[in-house]
Amino acid sequence: MRGWFNSGAPWIWLNAAAVSASLIMVAGLLGLIALRGLGHFWPTDIVEMDYRKADDQIVRLIGEIRGHEDVPRERLVAAGVSVPGDSELVRRVQLKSGNRDVVGLDFNWVLGPDIIAERYPEDLVVIERREWGNFYGYLREVHENGINVTDTAPLWDVLNEHLGRARKIADEIRVIERDEIGAINYKLERLRLDQRRLELEGKADTEALARIAAQEAALQLQYESHQKRLIALYQDIQRDSVTVEIQDGRVVELPLSKVIHVLRPNAMGVGDKLLAYMKNVWAFISDDPREANTEGGIFPAIFGTVLMVILMSIFVTPFGVIAAVYLREYAKQGPITRIIRIAVNNLAGVPSIVYGVFGLGFFVYFLGGNIDQLFYPEAQPAPIFGTPGILWASLTLALLTVPVVIVATEEGLARIPSAIREGSLSLGATKAETLWRTVLPMASPAMMTGLILAVARAAGEVAPLMLVGVVKLAPTLPLDGNAPFLHLDRKFMHLGFHIYDVGFQSPNVEAARPVVYATALLLVLVIVALNITAISIRNHLREKYRALDN
Amino acid sequence: MNAREMNMNDRSKPTHSIDPDILAQASLTRNLGEEDICLKVEDLDLYYGSKQALNKINMHIPRQRVTAFIGPSGCGKSTLLRCFNRMNDLVDGVRIDGKMLLDGQDIYAKSVNVADLRRRIGMVFQKPNPFPKSIYENVAYGLRLQGVRSRRVLDEVVENALRGAALWDEVKDRMHDNALGLSGGQQQRLVIARAIAIEPEVLLLDEPASALDPISTLKIEELIYELKTRFTIIIVTHNMQQAARVSDYTAFMYVGDLVEFNDTNTIFTNPKEKMTEDYITGRYG
Repeated sequence: MRGWFNSGAPWIWLNAAAVSASLIMVAGLLGLIALRGLGHFWPTDIVEMDYRKADDQIVRLIGEIRGHEDVPRERLVAAGVSVPGDSELVRRVQLKSGNRDVVGLDFNWVLGPDIIAERYPEDLVVIERREWGNFYGYLREVHENGINVTDTAPLWDVLNEHLGRARKIADEIRVIERDEIGAINYKLERLRLDQRRLELEGKADTEALARIAAQEAALQLQYESHQKRLIALYQDIQRDSVTVEIQDGRVVELPLSKVIHVLRPNAMGVGDKLLAYMKNVWAFISDDPREANTEGGIFPAIFGTVLMVILMSIFVTPFGVIAAVYLREYAKQGPITRIIRIAVNNLAGVPSIVYGVFGLGFFVYFLGGNIDQLFYPEAQPAPIFGTPGILWASLTLALLTVPVVIVATEEGLARIPSAIREGSLSLGATKAETLWRTVLPMASPAMMTGLILAVARAAGEVAPLMLVGVVKLAPTLPLDGNAPFLHLDRKFMHLGFHIYDVGFQSPNVEAARPVVYATALLLVLVIVALNITAISIRNHLREKYRALDN
Repeated sequence: MNAREMNMNDRSKPTHSIDPDILAQASLTRNLGEEDICLKVEDLDLYYGSKQALNKINMHIPRQRVTAFIGPSGCGKSTLLRCFNRMNDLVDGVRIDGKMLLDGQDIYAKSVNVADLRRRIGMVFQKPNPFPKSIYENVAYGLRLQGVRSRRVLDEVVENALRGAALWDEVKDRMHDNALGLSGGQQQRLVIARAIAIEPEVLLLDEPASALDPISTLKIEELIYELKTRFTIIIVTHNMQQAARVSDYTAFMYVGDLVEFNDTNTIFTNPKEKMTEDYITGRYG
């Protein structure tokens, strides 16, 4: 036994066990998130069931089965539900029956023993809508200007044809509303600010005002033409509608303008479902959110997260590297540099929300407020930079992560062999030339290591961001086609905050839950992607500046 | 100066005593006209903090000759060598008294630009230290520092320097490969090429062959023989055969003192000091 201990075998086992436990936990975490998140996009079969209600009345229910659980009989009895049979546990099934606008509740728990029959008829459809969530039922008719047009051809083909038209118009409307009218509004606002600035500077002579008025009039004209086109398109898109029979037998008319797509999951093979699944995933990644973020995509949040991390990297790297170079190469080593190092290390341990408060007080109110007063007097009293925005969020996170970059860079600098420095100096290089031409390139992999750690920390932060720029829903991206293209003053969406918002602030918890998982998975993937990019750059640099190992 | 050698300086002073007259005599090279003297050292003292590492060194280094410094580890020969191009400036707590003159100009004068000085006094270190750049960029480094941009000039200088360091034939087809891919001996010759590319007046070699195999060592020695027609060379070596083979003058140092300085033949065949004799015959050191 003693020999076994001395052989070191127990330590190997212990280490191996610790590594395995960590791996299992990571894999389990990712697996759970992936399963719950990705399952959401699979087109589930729609069930039609005969269900005995409490008053023995038999009704028809239509929807997707989203889960089930076993509940103790006492709990149900205590809640005043009469349960047939005498088993200890009773199975409850969660049914997503949609049709929120018509029936009120879109998620129901039904008791397993009360389900009399389940059927999966092929012509049941699920309709994804722009508002009010999914709609389930049987397609009945497609209407054009209120007239039934389904006599001539099969219902499904007629529907798809009309739906394609409606979606084309909807896309066109979106482009006009968001991009073209958005650009005009942006230019109009700029003109208003120009005029206001001229007035404040006392240069608002008639000539300048006339020029602005002329530009304004031209934009107005453009706007009106877009407006006319929009009205026409809206009339066009209202033409078609579809009628659907829902579970209680009522026939409801849905305008096609509100329909995104219609699926018959019960009639679809695995291939078709896979295709639909891909489409759903893509829509989730590339679309804007709808319905208080519980439906639609999360593209603005992905975009905001990535852009913020990139901006943060741009701020933090030079700052951290310069600080580290000074500390390691120029500052006289002594008690003061030691204190600075301790302070820097402690800075990394300050709770992130404290940085948020600091960012709000210093960046937003002090810096931003003064920038507004100095450079944007024309916008007063509306703040430009004196309000949370992506610039301040990036700067706050840069501040949060600068210790990591400093420490990593310092270690990298310390590892450069003195022979290399002496070699450079002996050729007549000054200290600065040696640093710039030899030492810093060789330390660049260490800087990248610092940046990787900084990115990993920054991308996952939520708390400070809530104070300095992240919002629930940002109508415009911080990067768009209007000069100067990058709008650092804009608020933005962030995956981490999106998870919090959808998970805790959502009006429809059941509908939001899969979105929370899917968003979490995406956040992990985004961070992994950012890290892999940084790591591959670092490995490339390492290969290039392989230090003297011999 | 590595850490090990620095610690050696902490040893207490030995009990040897040298007649000051002989010392003064030994420090002057015979029959050397003023124009033949490249470097003059006058009463040089060097302290690491409170420890004295060099004692009143006096010597004249002749122009375009090879001068070897020999002596046991920690005797201060590397320290002295690094005084010539002010490499000791990089070490904290170093204090230097006395004078060191390059062509009559004080190396330690306030007006001296250290970078310019190092351009005139090149150095090669014990371990090859090529930069992690291409062979070409290593040799061109000093020129680029001086702001040379012209591709033609650079190409020419690089080729000449590599030929001068007897490396051209081995690397001419892979000029843009990483210099770290070369063998140790090739790397050391590359470093020499890098040093001579900027045409220094003096070349300091700090045990240039001690990390190399015998064949590479031989090549370096042949190279030193070639180079002395163009440069004044000072070489620190542990290897007494090497000193005897390559040098014209030899200085024997012991614990911070210059014990004897004379032409190599005399030092190795007829040393004036008993200590020198003891050392070169292997009785200690």
